[in-house]
Amino acid sequence: MTVIVEIRPKEGILDPQGRAVRNALQTLGYNRIEEVEVGKLIRLELQTDDPAEAKRIAEEAAEKLLYNSNVEQYRILLPGETL
Amino acid sequence: MKWGVVVFPGSNCDRDAEDALGRILQQPVRFVWHRDRDLEGLDGIVLPGGFSYGDYLRSGAIAGLSPVMEEVVAFADRGGTVIGICNGFQVLTETGLLPGALRRNTGLRFICEDRPLRVEHNNSRFTGRCETGEVLNIPVAHNEGNYYATESELDELEAHNQVLFRYCTPGGEVTEDANPNGSTRNIAGIMNRSGNVLGMMPHPERRCDPLLAHEDGRKVLESVIRWFETQ
Repeated sequence: MTVIVEIRPKEGILDPQGRAVRNALQTLGYNRIEEVEVGKLIRLELQTDDPAEAKRIAEEAAEKLLYNSNVEQYRILLPGETL
Repeated sequence: MKWGVVVFPGSNCDRDAEDALGRILQQPVRFVWHRDRDLEGLDGIVLPGGFSYGDYLRSGAIAGLSPVMEEVVAFADRGGTVIGICNGFQVLTETGLLPGALRRNTGLRFICEDRPLRVEHNNSRFTGRCETGEVLNIPVAHNEGNYYATESELDELEAHNQVLFRYCTPGGEVTEDANPNGSTRNIAGIMNRSGNVLGMMPHPERRCDPLLAHEDGRKVLESVIRWFETQ
């Protein structure tokens, strides 16, 4: 089963990469793009077909390594769930 | 004082640290490979600068899970002296030995230059040979040196005198303009509550050799050695 871990800057934490990308896009004329946020998307292939187990393993991996709770937040997306 | 310098794949200031401690400061020093667990006989550990594991995922995150770090955490819990410089500071925040995190510099540029640092106080094993308020010129070389902690964590750090170095003007004033990377409250270096673990973004080991004209970094390392000798 494929599980996606979406990692984003925590609310209220400055995202200098997002701001730089937004400015570059606005330079290209994309004036209707108001905000850009740069995060990470990590895809895990798991040896299980049980969504509950997949979610548990992915959450544990996120907590132990994949995200930093000081500055980031994450979401687990199971098959069928969208961003 | 017997020193160990940890070597992760991608460390690149390990030789500088070994040279500063061994050749210049005349202390016994050996390298400790990241897969080793043997810290026997060591009194101080340096986690050096560099790009451990290519900075993959987050700077210091993967190094924080290497076998040697389990032993370094236990060593620190027993009161052993640990100094994390640059990438080493990032590793210390990732393992939780120090609070907060180091983010991308606000200017998104890699900064490599001498920076004036104000010594906040000399009541620590890392600053005993400095004067309180003294300005040290020590180089920074980083892309992720923007120290972040929540307001309450920062208040805690200050309440327990854990902030040791702040970016300042050459005259010693802590101003926004003197902050190279956006660090909260201009923080360049902190220690843990027990006072035995130091993390700092600037590189004291690069300012120890008289040939380089500046020896301000030497004061930090000599402070620790002097402290140890008087124990």
